[in-house]
Amino acid sequence: MSFWEYVGTRHAQLLTDTYQHASAVFQCMVLATLLGVFIAVMTYRSEWAGNLATTSTATILTIPSLALIGLLIPIVGLGVPPTVIALTLYGLLPVVRNAIVGLRGVDPDLVDAANGIGMSRAARLFRVELPLAWPPILTGIRVATQMLMGIAAIAAFASGPGLGNEIFRGIASLGSANSLNQVLSGTLGIAVLALLFDAAYVLIGRLTISRGIRA
Amino acid sequence: MPETPETTSTSGASIRLENLTKLYPGNQAPAVDNVNMEIKAGETVILVGPSGCGKSTTLKMINRLIEPSSGRIRIGDEDVTDMDPVKLRRTIGYAIQASGLFPHMTVAQNIALVPKMLGWRATRVKNRVEEMLDLVGLDPAEFHGRYPRQLSGGQQQRVGVARALAADPPVLLMDEPFGAVDPITRDHLQDELIRLQHELHKTICFVTHDFDEAIKIGDRIAVLRERSHIAQFDTPEAILTNPSDDFVSGFVGAGAALKRLNLTRVRDVAVVDFPTASIDDPLESIFERLRSGPHNELLLLDHNRRPYKWLRRGDLARAKGSLARAGTLVADTVTRDATLRDALEAVLTDNAGRVAVTGRRGEYLGMVDMETLMNNVQELLEADRLEAIEQQHRLHEQRARQTQLAQEGLDDASGTEGGRGSRA
Repeated sequence: MSFWEYVGTRHAQLLTDTYQHASAVFQCMVLATLLGVFIAVMTYRSEWAGNLATTSTATILTIPSLALIGLLIPIVGLGVPPTVIALTLYGLLPVVRNAIVGLRGVDPDLVDAANGIGMSRAARLFRVELPLAWPPILTGIRVATQMLMGIAAIAAFASGPGLGNEIFRGIASLGSANSLNQVLSGTLGIAVLALLFDAAYVLIGRLTISRGIRA
Repeated sequence: MPETPETTSTSGASIRLENLTKLYPGNQAPAVDNVNMEIKAGETVILVGPSGCGKSTTLKMINRLIEPSSGRIRIGDEDVTDMDPVKLRRTIGYAIQASGLFPHMTVAQNIALVPKMLGWRATRVKNRVEEMLDLVGLDPAEFHGRYPRQLSGGQQQRVGVARALAADPPVLLMDEPFGAVDPITRDHLQDELIRLQHELHKTICFVTHDFDEAIKIGDRIAVLRERSHIAQFDTPEAILTNPSDDFVSGFVGAGAALKRLNLTRVRDVAVVDFPTASIDDPLESIFERLRSGPHNELLLLDHNRRPYKWLRRGDLARAKGSLARAGTLVADTVTRDATLRDALEAVLTDNAGRVAVTGRRGEYLGMVDMETLMNNVQELLEADRLEAIEQQHRLHEQRARQTQLAQEGLDDASGTEGGRGSRA
C-alpha cells in the first residue's frame, strides 16, 4: 500500500489524531501562557525572583520529555493528565523568559508617566506594561508552540492523545506492511500542524499588536 | 473644531511645601533637605539648579511619585501628604521629558486616559480630547488617530502637555519637558506654554537646568543648590539684577543685563514719535514737510498705515514726481509684544539705528532707537536693583519677626494665602 493509499483509507483516524494533537497543544499553550505571564508579572520587578523563575523553568526543559512523562505516570496515571502537565511545564520557559525580558524592557520614563498621571498598579500593568511587552511575549508563545508540537508526540507513550499514537504504532510494528506509512503520516501531520499554528500566530500578531509599536 | 470650550477651566491652587525632606535608605545625607516653599495660585514657579541638586526629586514629591521622608505638602487648603497617591495624581497634571506618551496608544487615547480614569462620560471625553488638541495647536481631525511615533518631537511634547491638562487639573508639574527637543522647537514650545498659561492660570511647577528657559517662563524662580537647598527664590528680574550669592550669580551666567532685555516687552517702554506721511498724501505736501520740517527723514506709510518706506531729504532729487523709486523699503519692524532683545537686534542691524514698532495688524505705532533702548534699560536695571534691595529688607524683617514669635512660643501661621487664583 502506498503512502497516499494509506492516508486515503485511514483518513478518519488520522483526522481525529490531528485534531486531538492540535487541541492538546493549543490548550496546554493557553495554560502555559496564563501561568507563564503570571509568573513573570509576579517576579520581573525583583532581580532575584526573576532570575529564579527563568532558571527553574529552564531546568524543567532539560529533563528529557520521555523521562518526565514516565515519572508522571505513577503519580497522575495514564492518558490526558500526564500529557497536559508535561506540555504545560515545557511551554513555560520561553513564555516566562520573554515576558520577563519584555516587562523589564518597558521604558522607565513610561512607567513614571503612567504613575504620574494617576494609574493604579493594575491599570499600569494591563494598559501600559503588558501591551508594550506583548510582542516579545507572543514570540515566546510561538517558540513554545513549535516545541510542544514535537513533544506532544511523546505523549502517546502515556496513552495520551494525538499523532504520536500513529508514530508509536508504526515503531511497535516495525517491519510490517504499514509501519513506515504510519510513522510518516504522524510526522508529516505534526509538521503541517506546526506550520498552520505559525501562520495563525502571524495573524494574531497583526491583530493584537498596536500599530504604534509594530515593527 | 469646537467654537467655544464648553468646559470651564479650573484655575490654579496654591502649593505649600513644609520642611519637605527625602532621605534614601542607606544614605547619610538627604537627597532633599528641609525644603520650604510656597507657590501661589496661578503662579509659574521654576525650579532650576545643577544636575543632581534634587530639583526633580522635589517636584516628584509634590505628586508623591517619591514619598517624602518627612514634611507636609499642601495643595490649596488640603493636606495631601497622606492622601491616596493614585487619586492625588489624577488631580495633578504631569508632563515629562520626551513627552512620556504611550507608544501603543493613539494621540486621542493618550489624552483621554485621565478623564476616562476619572469616569467622565464618553461624549465628554471625546469633546475634551478635541478641545485639548485645539488648545495646544494641533488640528484634531489630523492628529486624533495618529500614533506618537508618527509625530515630530515638538508635536509629541504638545500632546504630552495636552494629556497633562486633559482632566483640567489646578496644578501642573513639568519635569524638564522641553529638554529633548531642538532649540528652535523648544523656543516655540516655551512661547506656547506662556500663551497657554496666560489663558488657563494654572499653578505650574517646572523643573529645568536651563536658566534662560527659567527666565523666559517663570513668574518666580527658585535657584537650588545641592540637596535642594534654596539659594534664591525670587522673580527673574530680581535674580538677574541682584543675585543673592556667588552660587546664584554663577548660575545666572554672563550677560545678566542682556538677559534682562528678554523680560521686557516693547509695549512696556516708551516709544518715540517719528514724523510720518501717508502714501495717499499729495506729493507736494510730503516734499514740503521734508524740506521745511526739522527732520530730514520721514516714514512713509501705506494704505493700511503700515510702515512702507524711509524717505530722506536727499531722496527727493530722485523722486521726480513719483515716490515709486525714492527712499528705502522698511526692512524690519518689531511688534509691541517683541522683547527688548529683539528690538535691540533690529536696531543694531538697521543702518540708521532705529526700528518701527507696529501693532497687531502691522500698523505703525512708533519708533525705538538706540537712545530710547539705552535709557529704558538703565531705568529698568536701576528699578530692579531698588526693588530687590527693598524685598531683601522686607524678608529680613519678616524673618526677624518670625524668630521673635518662635522664641515667644507662638507658632505663627501667617502668610497662609491659599485659596483660588482669580480667573481671567
